[in-house]
Amino acid sequence: MFARGLKRKCVGHEEDVEGALAGLKTVSSYSLQRQSLLDMSLVKLQLCHMLVEPNLCRSVLIANTVRQIQEEMTQDGTWRAVAPQAAGRAPLDRLVSTEILCRAAWEQEGAHPAPGLGNGHTQGPVSDLCPVTSAQAPRHPQSSVWEMDGPRENRGSFHKSLDQIFETLETKNPSCMEELFSDVDSPYYDLDTVLTGMMAAARPGPCEGLAGLAAATPGPSSSCKSDLGELDHVVEILVET
Amino acid sequence: MQNSNNTDIISTVEFNHTGELLATGDKGGRVVIFQREQESKNQVHRRGEYNVYSTFQSHEPEFDYLKSLEIEEKINKIRWLPQQNAAYFLLSTNDKTVKLWKVSERDKRPEGYNLKDEEGRLRDPATITTLRVPVLRPMDLMVEATPRRVFANAHTYHINSISVNSDYETYMSADDLRINLWNFEITNQSFNIVDIKPANMEELTEVITAAEFHPHHCNTFVYSSSKGTIRLCDMRASALCDRHTKFFEEPEDPSNRSFFSEIISSISDVKFSHSGRYIMTRDYLTVKVWDLNMENRPIETYQVHDYLRSKLCSLYENDCIFDKFECVWNGSDSVIMTGSYNNFFRMFDRNTKRDVTLEASRENSKPRAILKPRKVCVGGKRRKDEISVDSLDFSKKILHTAWHPSENIIAVAATNNLYIFQDKVN
Repeated sequence: MFARGLKRKCVGHEEDVEGALAGLKTVSSYSLQRQSLLDMSLVKLQLCHMLVEPNLCRSVLIANTVRQIQEEMTQDGTWRAVAPQAAGRAPLDRLVSTEILCRAAWEQEGAHPAPGLGNGHTQGPVSDLCPVTSAQAPRHPQSSVWEMDGPRENRGSFHKSLDQIFETLETKNPSCMEELFSDVDSPYYDLDTVLTGMMAAARPGPCEGLAGLAAATPGPSSSCKSDLGELDHVVEILVET
Repeated sequence: MQNSNNTDIISTVEFNHTGELLATGDKGGRVVIFQREQESKNQVHRRGEYNVYSTFQSHEPEFDYLKSLEIEEKINKIRWLPQQNAAYFLLSTNDKTVKLWKVSERDKRPEGYNLKDEEGRLRDPATITTLRVPVLRPMDLMVEATPRRVFANAHTYHINSISVNSDYETYMSADDLRINLWNFEITNQSFNIVDIKPANMEELTEVITAAEFHPHHCNTFVYSSSKGTIRLCDMRASALCDRHTKFFEEPEDPSNRSFFSEIISSISDVKFSHSGRYIMTRDYLTVKVWDLNMENRPIETYQVHDYLRSKLCSLYENDCIFDKFECVWNGSDSVIMTGSYNNFFRMFDRNTKRDVTLEASRENSKPRAILKPRKVCVGGKRRKDEISVDSLDFSKKILHTAWHPSENIIAVAATNNLYIFQDKVN
């Protein structure tokens, strides 16, 4: 419903812009799918927190992917500002929020090794722990990120960024997802094609039947969300130009 | 043997230096050792088969009370020590603790003590008037495994590799951020030789993924990273080998760049050739062979399953993109082997440049049957014997394989099943 209304709006505004429709759809589909990838990555990082012993290599790779997306979105200017009062601040804040998110994953593992190790390391027990993760060991790994008593200013920006993250990860009806993408030429699974920079000239190839692939592995995929509010904002910008 | 038990999933496979023994470790912390039958002169056509020799529980699940986290008992790696006497020694490790196990045979038992009575109680010395020397009598063969050393509390992060040094006195253990050097005799101390942990963990962008000693030079080792680089270090240069002697990295292909480029470049395994002249690395889609004398690019690159390149987003979604495949050399360094999905594994002949895809599955291979080469159809028309990319079963992954040190015998771990394949006897 929302998606269709959106498209009509696009068409209405671009009657006099030649070829812009195709370009718009390509660009917005790339942005959509890039956003999906970002959301998926953030969910994966959060799941890292929930797991008993997060795999550090996986966390680092996902965090690096998130950073890449953020950097590109910052360059594009599509990185949304945090809040009205923070509109003037550099997008670096959003980068910081993800840093905190990522950091917490391996800070839990960053506790000092057992004393009497004799491995040639001279590390004070406190120096390894960052200010956000308090001196006490977390009681419950999954809740530690959200319940830490950090310094005031950290906490403020932390909560702000959490809000955004929760916003972008707000649960949407799966059928709504279908509708969202139904008007986009390239099916969801062509995210790969688009993101690898191989923009199809005319029409992207049909879905390769990866339904089998996705169906075999339920899990975080169902929680891959897109922020409709952000999409609206992005399209607004594109339309206005 | 139908077994859906999670703890039976094989997590490591390794032949010993003669190929007489084959060890497997599983998710449940167990080690199973197979021994090759002596080839009998009577049955010339019956090549030595591998039978179970010893089974023992190497690691148990533990609980880290400080972090409220469980420590898995899964065996990440097994490495054999060269045999120096009648007993066999191997190192096995889980995420946190390395153990040295001694596997020895007992086929005789002393009998005839007269210092103890039949129930084993010591007899009153006053009642003993003669001294009888016990005699060794044969008994049924018993293979026992005993833990001889436990190397614990040296790793904050998860151990991904262990490697025995060619001096046979030391070995190294590597986790995500550090590498430690141990002496076999000393368990309460290890030397840290590599530390890539940043002062500020926020700056962490790269981890250690695998490490190995040079097969002949006891001062040289390599370690690979999640950014697709390999560093060769010389322990003579300094105590802490944070500065590499050589740095191997292939320049990125800009036309292939995507958000997944870094993830698929992450090296999951690194292995020296038996000659010590080359190293082989495995990343998500390829196997590469590097000449130690050329750092700027590999000398050979083999595509394992390039048809997955267009599916990377889906593979990222279902986490398959993080699967860590291993790779192995054959005894003469002429063929390399690695696993893939759908229980497929691939072999590449470095000389002829030919490659083959084989499948390790019960349905498709009866004992003594010849394996049929498999082919994945990428697009368009699918031939009768081919399988299409979308039909591949990504839950059936072959991560661990091993090659006999001198013969064409391979061991392939497919989830909780072990397959052993041999050259056809003419």
